[in-house]
Amino acid sequence: MPEPRTDSLLHLVPRAQAGQSMKDFKSDQEVRWCPGCGDYAVLAAVQGFMPELGLAKENIVFVSGIGCSSRFPYYMNTYGMHSIHGRAPAIATGLATSRRDLSVWVVTGDGDALSIGGNHLIHALRRNVNLKILLFNNRIYGLTKGQYSPTSEVGKITKSTPMGSLDAPFNPVSLALGAEATFVARTVDSDRKHLTEVLRQAADHDGTALVEIYQNCNIFNDGAFEALKDKDRAQEAVIRLEHGQPIRFGTGLDKGVVRDPATGDLEVVTVTPENESRILVHDAHAASPTTAFALSRLADPDTLHRTPIGVLRSVGRPVYDTLMADQLDRAVAQQGEGDLGRLLAGNDTWTVVG
Amino acid sequence: MTSQVSSEAGEALLGEQRSAPAEAHRGTEKEVRRLDRVIIRFAGDSGDGMQLTGDRFTSETASFGNDLSTLPNFPAEIRAPAGTLPGVSSFQLHFADHDILTPGDAPNVLVAMNPAALKANIGDVPRGGEIIVNTDEFAKRAMAKVGYAQSPLEDGSLDGYRVHPVPLTTLTVEALKEFGLSRKEAERSKNMFALGLLSWMYHRPTEGTEAFLRSKFAKKPQIAEANVAAFRAGWNFGETTEDFAVSYEIAPATRAFPTGTYRNISGNLALSYGLVAASKQAALPLYLGSYPITPASDILHELSRHKNFGVRTFQAEDEIAGIGAALGAAFGGSLAVTTTSGPGVALKSETIGLAVSLELPLLIVDIQRGGPSTGLPTKTEQADLLQAMYGRNGEAPVPIVAPKTPADCFDAALEAARIALTYRTPVFLLSDGYLANGSEPWRIPEVADLPDLRTAFATGPNHTQADGTEVFWPYKRDPETLARPWAVPGTPGLEHRIGGIEKQDGTGNISYDPANHELMVRTRQAKVDGIEVPAVEVDDPDGASTLVLGWGSTYGPITAAVRRIRREGGPIAQAHLRHLNPFPKNLGEVLARYEKVVIPEMNLGQLATLVRAKYLVDARSHTQVNGMPFKAEQLAAALKEAIDA
Repeated sequence: MPEPRTDSLLHLVPRAQAGQSMKDFKSDQEVRWCPGCGDYAVLAAVQGFMPELGLAKENIVFVSGIGCSSRFPYYMNTYGMHSIHGRAPAIATGLATSRRDLSVWVVTGDGDALSIGGNHLIHALRRNVNLKILLFNNRIYGLTKGQYSPTSEVGKITKSTPMGSLDAPFNPVSLALGAEATFVARTVDSDRKHLTEVLRQAADHDGTALVEIYQNCNIFNDGAFEALKDKDRAQEAVIRLEHGQPIRFGTGLDKGVVRDPATGDLEVVTVTPENESRILVHDAHAASPTTAFALSRLADPDTLHRTPIGVLRSVGRPVYDTLMADQLDRAVAQQGEGDLGRLLAGNDTWTVVG
Repeated sequence: MTSQVSSEAGEALLGEQRSAPAEAHRGTEKEVRRLDRVIIRFAGDSGDGMQLTGDRFTSETASFGNDLSTLPNFPAEIRAPAGTLPGVSSFQLHFADHDILTPGDAPNVLVAMNPAALKANIGDVPRGGEIIVNTDEFAKRAMAKVGYAQSPLEDGSLDGYRVHPVPLTTLTVEALKEFGLSRKEAERSKNMFALGLLSWMYHRPTEGTEAFLRSKFAKKPQIAEANVAAFRAGWNFGETTEDFAVSYEIAPATRAFPTGTYRNISGNLALSYGLVAASKQAALPLYLGSYPITPASDILHELSRHKNFGVRTFQAEDEIAGIGAALGAAFGGSLAVTTTSGPGVALKSETIGLAVSLELPLLIVDIQRGGPSTGLPTKTEQADLLQAMYGRNGEAPVPIVAPKTPADCFDAALEAARIALTYRTPVFLLSDGYLANGSEPWRIPEVADLPDLRTAFATGPNHTQADGTEVFWPYKRDPETLARPWAVPGTPGLEHRIGGIEKQDGTGNISYDPANHELMVRTRQAKVDGIEVPAVEVDDPDGASTLVLGWGSTYGPITAAVRRIRREGGPIAQAHLRHLNPFPKNLGEVLARYEKVVIPEMNLGQLATLVRAKYLVDARSHTQVNGMPFKAEQLAAALKEAIDA
C-alpha cells in the first residue's frame, strides 16, 4: 500500500522505521489450529499484508474473543489480547478510543461476534469506532466441538441438534449493514489475492470495517463453502463485486444483476443485448445502504449460491474516536486545561481559621 | 425539640456569607432560641421538588458553617402516582454546632407537603416535634387516597406535636399573582416558599439560594424571579405570622472543624473528584467505561463534565461493554474505571476475572443498593461484599476498599487507585447509596498534599535468556510487590500477547502445565494478600472488653452509637475497616484482644462471615436490611445488649 491518504486516520499511527517482511509479524508461538484449518490461510494473508501497511508493529494491536479464530493474536508478533467470549469489540473500543496512535484489529468468529457478542458488534458498528474487525465465519462452533452456530443453515445436524437446528441464520453482511456499518466486505479464506485486497481497503477505511471471511472448518463443517471454491461451480455461485463495475458473474459473465423496476428489488438475469444496459454498476460508496443490503440478500442461505464477495459498502462517516478526541480538545479550548485545585474547591466554600 | 444551649463559639469563621445571620435578625422582635443541633425532614410528592429543597437548605447550612449530614430518600419511580404513599420523596438534614456523624434518627421538624408525606413520615417524628403542613393539600380526596378517613389536622391524632398549619400553596400563588403565571406554574414554587420559611426559622443565609435560582432558571428569568419571590415570601411569612413565635440559632460548628477551607460534598461527587485527582496524581489519562445504573450514574454524569482534564467517558451498550472498554483502555495505559451497582457487578464478573488474569490496573466502583436482582435501586445496603470478594469463577482475588463517609469517598478513590497501579490489579471500591447521595462538609485538600501515584511503564527487556538474548517477559514480577510490568502498546520491542488462558510464569505464554497453574493461582493470591495496607486503628479510651467492628458507610451510625454508650459511662472499643481485602495485618491481633466482637452491617453478616472464617473469632452480627442506614439510638441499644450479654 502506498502512503496512506493524507486525511486518513492511519496518519496518527507511527510508520515503521525500516522495511518489514512477513517474518516480522510471526510470533515465536507454535500455531495450534487443526491441520488443514482455513485459519492458517487467513493468518498467512494477514502476516503477508502487514508489511505493506508499513506501520510500526508496536503500534498494532490484535484483540480477540474466544473461539478457534480468537487464538489469532498469539501468532502475530504485535501487541495482542486474547480476551473473553464475545467481548473483543468492547475491549478494542476502549483501546482504540483512548489510543488513536494504534491500529486496532479485532479477530472474531461467527459464534463470538454474532451469538454471545452480538450486542458489542452492532454497537461498535453504529458508533464507527476505528476498528478493523475480521469475522471468521465457518458456520459452526469449532472450539466446543461442533454445535451449530448463528450462521449455520436451518436444519443443521450437529451434536446439539440431532434432529436439525431450528433457528434461521444471520447473514453477517446484512446484519452489519443494518447496524449502520460504514465498511462491510466479504471474502474467502482460500482466495489470498482477494482476501489481501479486501484487507487493504479495510485498513484504509476510517472507522469500523467489518470483513466477513468465509473460513473452512475441516473438522466439524468441512466443505461448507465448497460451492464458492470449486472451480466448476464457483463461477455460477460467486458474485464478485468491484466498485464501478457492472455486477456480472457466471460462465462467460452471462449473468447479471438488475433492479426490478416494479419492486425495486434486485434479481439475477441472463445478460442479453437488450438488458445489458440495465445491469447494475456496483457503487460501494452509495450513501444509502439499501442496494448493498439487497445485494447481500441475493445469496441462498442454504447453498450459498449467488454469494456476493468483495466490498459491499465503504462510506465515510465521522469516526467515534475522532469525535471523542475533538470533544476533549474543545473542552480545553473552552474551559482551559483542568485545574484540580479549582475543581476541588468549587464555588461554594467557607473557611475556618484557628 | 430539645433546646440544649451550646457553648460559645471560640473560633472565628470567615466567608462571604458570614454577614447573613446578622441580616436574619433584621426587624425580628421574636424570641430567638439557641440550639446545638436540629434534624429537619422535608417530605412531599416526588414531583414537589423536595430533593432540591433539601439540597438548597443543605447548601445554606454548609455555607453558614454548621456541621451537617444528609439523607435523601426517594422512590425509584421518576414520578410515582401523585399523592400516594409510594410516591413520597423526602430529604433529611441534621445540622449542628458540633461535629455530628449521621443524618439523625428522628426529625425534630417535619415539613409535610401533602397527606401522603405526613402519613409516611409521622411515625418517625417524636412527640413534641414540630410539623409544618401544607393545609391546601388536605382535601378529602387526597386524604382518602392515603387512608385518612378524617383530617389528621382536626381529629386530634396530632395532639402532642406542635403543628403549624400553613396554606403553602395558596400563599405561594398569592405571592406570585403579579407574575402572570398560570396557577399550576405558580404552585410549583411552593417548595421555595417552604424553604424560605425554614430558612427564616433557622436563620439561614439566603443569598446563595437566590443566586442559585437565578442561575438555574437563567433562560427563564420570569420563573427565576417567581421562585425568588416565593422564597422571600416564605421568609417574610415566618417573620410576620404569629404562628411562628420562635426562631432558632444553631451556631457554626467552628470547634468541630480543623483550620481549612470547606465545602459541602456528596459521596458520588467526592468519589468522582477522587478519580480525577488520582488520574492527575498518576499522570495517566482517566477512562471511564460505564452503563447508567442507580445509584452510580451521577459519577458518569460528573466525570463527563471534566473532559478538559483529559477524562474520557464512554457510555457503553451494556455493563459488560462498560468494563470491557475500561479494560481495553487499561491495556493502553489509561487509569481505567468502571462504575456500577450490584446488578452491574454481576454482569461484569467475567471481565473482572479477565482483569485478574491479565493483571492490569482497573477500578470497579460499586455503589451498593438493596438486592438481590433489581432490589431497591434507590435504597442503601452493604450486601455486595461477598460478591466483590468471591463473585467470580476460579480463584480470582480482588482487593476491596470501602469509604466510610461521603467526603471519605475522595480519599478512598485515591487509595483504590494506588493499589491498582502499584499491584497491577483490578480493585473494588465499595460505596453505597447512603454515601453516594448523602453529603457532609469536606475540608478541601491541598493538591500538593495528595499522594504521588505515578507508576512506570516497562520500557525495555527485563529478562536475559540462557543464550544471553535480552527479552521481555510480561509476567516477570517485581519481587517486592509481585506486580507484573505494564508494557503499553506503542513501546518498541515489548510486543507481547496476554489473555485469559493460564499463562506460563514469566513468559506469559499459554500454559496448561499443572504445576505452573498451581504456581500462578498461588502467586496471584499472594500478590493480593501481600498488598500493603495501613493497620486498623482502635479507638478504646477506657480499656473496653467489647469491640465494635464496622466497614464502609456504617461508620457514622456506629461512631454515634459508641459516643452514646460512652456518655453513659459504658466502655466500648471501636475499629473501622477501610480495607476488606486484604485485611490489615494487625486485625487478627486486635480481634484477639477483646472478649466480644460485634459487627453491625447492612446485610446479613457478610463481614462477620469473613472475620469468623479467617480469624476463628466468635464475632456477633448485628444486621439490618431495610434499605436505610442504622439509627444511632437503636444501634447503641443493640451494642449495649451485646456488652451486657
